Amino acid sequence: MNLSTIIGKTSKFGIYIAFVLLCVVLAILSPYFFTVKNIINVLNQVSIIGIIAIGATIVLISGGLDLSPGAVVAVAGVMAAHFGHPGEYPLIVPVLVALVTGLVFGMANGVLTAYGKIPPFIVTLGTMTIGRGLALLACDGMQVIDLSDEYISLANSEFLGIPILIVLFALMFAVFQFILTKMRFGRHIYAVGGNETASHVSGLNVNRIKVIVYMLAGALAGFGGLLLSSRTVVGSPIAGQGYELDAIAAAVIGGTSTTGGMGKLTGTIIGALMIQVISNGLDMINVPSYWQQIVKGSIIILAVYIDMRSRNKGNN
Amino acid sequence: MVKDKCILKMEGISKSFPGVKALNNVQFALEAGEVHVLMGENGAGKSTLMKVLAGIYTKDEGSIDLKGREVDFHHPSDSIHAGISMIHQELMPIPHLAVAENIYLGREPLTFVGTVDRKKLESWTTSLFEKLRIEINPWSLMNDLSVAEMQMVEIAKATSWDSDIIIMDEPTSAITEQEVDNLFRIIRQLKAEGTGIIYISHKMDEIFEIGDRITVFRDGEYVDTCRIEGLERSRLISLMVGREIKDIFPKTDCPIGETILKVDEISLPDVFENLSFELKKGEILGISGLMGAGRTELVETLFGIRKKSRGTIFKEGKEIRIEKPSDAIENGLAIVSEDRKEVGLVLKMSVGRNLTLTTLKDYALFGQIMQERSESKSIQEQIEKLIIKTAGDGQLVSTLSGGNQQKVVIGKWLLNNPDILIMDEPTRGIDVAAKAEIHKLICRLACQGKGIILISSELPEIIGMCDRVLVMHEGRITGELDRKDFTQECIMHMATGQCLEE
Repeated sequence: MNLSTIIGKTSKFGIYIAFVLLCVVLAILSPYFFTVKNIINVLNQVSIIGIIAIGATIVLISGGLDLSPGAVVAVAGVMAAHFGHPGEYPLIVPVLVALVTGLVFGMANGVLTAYGKIPPFIVTLGTMTIGRGLALLACDGMQVIDLSDEYISLANSEFLGIPILIVLFALMFAVFQFILTKMRFGRHIYAVGGNETASHVSGLNVNRIKVIVYMLAGALAGFGGLLLSSRTVVGSPIAGQGYELDAIAAAVIGGTSTTGGMGKLTGTIIGALMIQVISNGLDMINVPSYWQQIVKGSIIILAVYIDMRSRNKGNN
Repeated sequence: MVKDKCILKMEGISKSFPGVKALNNVQFALEAGEVHVLMGENGAGKSTLMKVLAGIYTKDEGSIDLKGREVDFHHPSDSIHAGISMIHQELMPIPHLAVAENIYLGREPLTFVGTVDRKKLESWTTSLFEKLRIEINPWSLMNDLSVAEMQMVEIAKATSWDSDIIIMDEPTSAITEQEVDNLFRIIRQLKAEGTGIIYISHKMDEIFEIGDRITVFRDGEYVDTCRIEGLERSRLISLMVGREIKDIFPKTDCPIGETILKVDEISLPDVFENLSFELKKGEILGISGLMGAGRTELVETLFGIRKKSRGTIFKEGKEIRIEKPSDAIENGLAIVSEDRKEVGLVLKMSVGRNLTLTTLKDYALFGQIMQERSESKSIQEQIEKLIIKTAGDGQLVSTLSGGNQQKVVIGKWLLNNPDILIMDEPTRGIDVAAKAEIHKLICRLACQGKGIILISSELPEIIGMCDRVLVMHEGRITGELDRKDFTQECIMHMATGQCLEE
């Protein structure tokens, strides 16, 4: 086995190796990094963006792009909070409101891109902007406060000693991992993203598949919005700023192709963790937050560059 | 030119990619003013060697001697400046630029203020086209040209460098017969001027018509170089595949049964109107015609890929509705499309995943949960049955050779056990051995009682394989011939619109 085959073999795990290395370096620099408390903290913080990133991943694999989840987080959070005041409605109502909000946005995204043939960048840029406006409109620009205890405990309780957010994140991962790897619909997502024409000619209902994918991503974003409003104890119209980009970054760092057809949820999880660990670690070694953004951006580019290089080598 | 006529000598060239030795110590030499054909099955290493010569790949070992000087190319521009230009098999037009801008890209004539001199650009292009007898407006956008026209522009571009060596990688794969004749005239002209031409093609007739010498590669190794004059075809084939192939067209006579498909007055606006024909069980029905005659459009409409404006389709006497491909599939139709990379396969997926794409439901519990064991059993069977050469069902389909890719497309449809199989140029760009295998398979399927529609631009294929042929010209069916009446001339006449029928 010579060097190039070793590199070829390991490049598949490049992102995992980079993540481990990053953790090792941070552990050396800060003794606090590798404590159970900090690890739980990191996982807790990554959960909501992680759930949204699952949606971003399936949309990217299907050959689409979704810029709206950040705005959906805000709309869903505000709408759900309206139904979350103490003593008004049972908890299921705000939960459903958040999910339905997400589904409606997803459906609009899906229908306009699939049947309207408008590029997803444009469609979701539009729905993102509309969403931000709707969020402000729905609460008249004021934060929705005074939430019930059950509502607040949605994201702030523990399950078997593990913070509930982490449990929910793991659950969403498991469900979508199953869809992508074990279900016929998962195969359809990869096929449509890999080659729309070939999928159509092979008898797949390409448009319907796209709409469902956007709706699932929308529901995940709506769910993320619900959890965020619960965690922060407020329905805020400016919540979730930039979440869409973090979600896409997590997917892309994790090896999901921006041109569709390729990607893995495990990669996305590592990608999301990587982003979180970088800001957490840099905090810990007292790097100012301005620098953190610069580091984060550079890592996104670097990760994709390395990933593309290893892929090209494999293809020749 | 008194001394050595040899302008290019490549010796001991090796090139490896991870896991594959693409070229192993091969040699190649080219003389000024000759057409040197490079031949071999797909994956034999022809394209790799040419990419080394064009500076797209860097060789691992070996030497390239160009007009007595040793050269080493690291970038395509190195090679172009050394006097080597290449017509790529895959066209690379810049769609929103004009023809003239595409040809002189990166070396546009400038005015004294530094803007592009459009007048000069036009006159250069016009005189180039005059010399080559190409009739295309220099200011048409590439986007608006047909594939054949783009191919001609690509050819013009390659000659515009005044290179000593021109590499032509399957230059005729997309152009009409008249354009092929024109290309050959251009090649003879270039020869007379002392240009050396390296010609890659799978088409035997062309090779014998235009080639002077031929070099054969097999599995990344050099096999032999010989003069084409006096060379036997069978000898050439055996050089290529390393074994004798008795017959490229192993037509077997199968019993032809009742009508399985009847198409009645089907129309596609602006392409064809009121076309009717029938297909019988066990019959191989050929559709012949020039590019743009509407053959592909006809079968795509039949399959629901394009929307027909009128017309009815009957299967075994019953009317069937086909609005979209999934309707066609449900009614037992299958289509092996002309463009396997864009329409036939999902290149980013593995061999296995491609094979089961149309039949996923068969392996899904409750319609959704994939039963991977039964799926992979079918995949394995199909790989063995069709002799698909792959490292495993997990191999990316894009890394297979053209012939094996085509087998994956066919295998995908056969898993659905269709009654009617449409094959649109099933052997285009495929080496002889794979071609023969696919022909054998088509015959076998016909003998199972399936109805087969075969579109081909290669007349020998139509004549060698079909029981009956429909000839199309500009959206009309201009003739119908039975096997006993087949001649090349007759089909050609009908295809060019000169109806010979009494």
